[in-house]
Amino acid sequence: MTFTKFTGAAPPAAEDGPLVDARGVSVVFRKRRTLAPARQVRAVNDVTFQIAEGETFGLVGESGSGKSTTGRALLRLVPTAGGTITVAGRDVTALRGGSLRRARRSMQMVFQDPYSSLDPSSTVAGSIAEPLLVHEKMSAKAARARVDELIEMVGLRASYADRYPHEFSGGQRQRLAIARAIALNPRFIVCDEAVSALDVSTQNQVINLLERLRAEFRLTYLFIAHDLAVVRHISHRVGVMYLGRIVETGPAERVYSAPAHPYTRALLSAIPDPRRKTERIVLEGDLPDPANPPVGCPFQTRCRFVMEVCRQRMPEHTAVDGGGEVACHLQTSGPALSGASLNELDVNSRP
Amino acid sequence: MTAEGKTLLEIEDLHVDFLTDRGWTNVVNGVSFDVGEGEIVGLVGESGSGKSVTSLSVLRLLPSGYARTPAGHVRYRGRDLVGMPPKELRDIRGNEISMIFQEPMTSLNPAFTIGDQIAEGYRRHKGGTRRAAFARAAEMLDLVGIPDAGSRVRDYPHEFSGGMRQRAMIAMALACEPKLLIADEPATALDVTVQAQIVALLARLRDETGCGILFITHDLGLVAELADRVVVMYAGEVVETAPALDLYDAPKHPYTAGLLNAMPQLGVRGRELPTIPGRPPEPWRMPEGCRFGPRCGHAGEECAAVPALRTVEPGRSSRCCRIEQLHLAGSP
Repeated sequence: MTFTKFTGAAPPAAEDGPLVDARGVSVVFRKRRTLAPARQVRAVNDVTFQIAEGETFGLVGESGSGKSTTGRALLRLVPTAGGTITVAGRDVTALRGGSLRRARRSMQMVFQDPYSSLDPSSTVAGSIAEPLLVHEKMSAKAARARVDELIEMVGLRASYADRYPHEFSGGQRQRLAIARAIALNPRFIVCDEAVSALDVSTQNQVINLLERLRAEFRLTYLFIAHDLAVVRHISHRVGVMYLGRIVETGPAERVYSAPAHPYTRALLSAIPDPRRKTERIVLEGDLPDPANPPVGCPFQTRCRFVMEVCRQRMPEHTAVDGGGEVACHLQTSGPALSGASLNELDVNSRP
Repeated sequence: MTAEGKTLLEIEDLHVDFLTDRGWTNVVNGVSFDVGEGEIVGLVGESGSGKSVTSLSVLRLLPSGYARTPAGHVRYRGRDLVGMPPKELRDIRGNEISMIFQEPMTSLNPAFTIGDQIAEGYRRHKGGTRRAAFARAAEMLDLVGIPDAGSRVRDYPHEFSGGMRQRAMIAMALACEPKLLIADEPATALDVTVQAQIVALLARLRDETGCGILFITHDLGLVAELADRVVVMYAGEVVETAPALDLYDAPKHPYTAGLLNAMPQLGVRGRELPTIPGRPPEPWRMPEGCRFGPRCGHAGEECAAVPALRTVEPGRSSRCCRIEQLHLAGSP
């Protein structure tokens, strides 16, 4: 199977603002309890980021950091508790009923588990044709022709259309899920751990496919993953989430080469490396309870640079040299790190 | 046999068949390798390569009606586990050889406390009072880095996070001070930060208790950090064995080279990612000759014959019959 080569050129600058614009988005889950007041968990807390058309924005963080919930909130798959989300110029937080359904044609999702995201009792043609029949009101014959076209677009044979999901491998199923996601010519796709369940070689095949489709159809991706090396490969810009908040954003090159937040740096050092030269930073402990987050900086309980101010105030987002923003007191109240990479701190004063 | 000294586990010419719709189908075909005392051996391969089946057959954990071992030996300190009476095997299982499974969520019983579950195996093998076993459970939780272990030992699995549950599984596996630990993808379902904690913990346990570890994973980066020696499996067979760093620098099989090349790198974005063309063969449709041949960019006429695993350098073996003619690139 041969793919057309894609180029890694930066996405063209958007004409009128970003395609996806999330401002101050919060998602609150209520947890009912027996004989006790309900608990509120702010799974996503005041999250702001923009994605330009044709750009891939990578969202990384540990499980429980709120990255998947953020992706779902953008597509209105979970209700938001605050903030605004604009996709292609339309405020999706305000949409209801039929207008929301119409808006969803241009926003699609690829899920992590290719074994449960396709209906096992329907042929793949049935699964891929469903959005075409629902949204485009296509005739069965026209839908079938489009299904065949889509299946070939993702690198499989059109003759596979009448098979059932169990007849396919994980990588093939993920291709089929992608075929379904692009069926309605969407502009924005949320890929939620879309390659995490696959072996490395298969994973690369699917990433190459996603890149080819992005270049061909000018797609915009929110790429959610816990594997930082994969995110590095596919993303133009990256956001790092911790305990429901974005702690750092920036161009992928800058975030990976000069992380500005201690959490980002710990995440990067946790990537397995056969020829590791730098010391691996092993974060102690787990994420704090999101229902009862610490006062001040959310990362204070695991941060090796924690200061008094971190226990009192939430750090503001400040600009970083080389692009992006970081929310860390080291950049404002700390040892004059403002705008610089955290790597500088270790050179100057090893803790 | 091994650099570390005495051989602990010796797998010799192991064959495993599964009962499928097509009748008995061979899934592990003549696998042989050793684990030495205090040695960490990484068993690597893609899904379906037979690495988990190999590890499960060491303790005979495959369902008896649907899996069989038509040939081969699994010797633990010279005693063959394949033909051992079940009663004798039960004294080894969980005692001298312990296992950690991939999914900490489903490997713990939700109806019992963490302490009960760790204590159960300990009392079965070592005896003693319930109170003593519970104290041992708390001690083990502390060893694997659970904070406030004395009170967390009374928690139920749902009160633990994923990383803590995996550490509880490791505590359970270690309670009887096993000589050999089999860890089947112990860090795969976990976040990179927790993965780093688990890998650091396993390395520390080997250093402190001197146990041998058989570490099964599909993550070549992870195995490189932890393992002394790596065994690479493809389509039910061992295709290469080598000391971990040598394998990364100079693989001796095209499949290993392909895997290394496909490893996600923190490199420049934009270039097309390297892949191995095609996918692994189905067990009932194995290619003639070299099983990797149809996907191999270096295949020649001689690959039509079934290649044997042979020593290519001291301490290194390969199943590629053309390896002497090839110059394979290591991990970039």
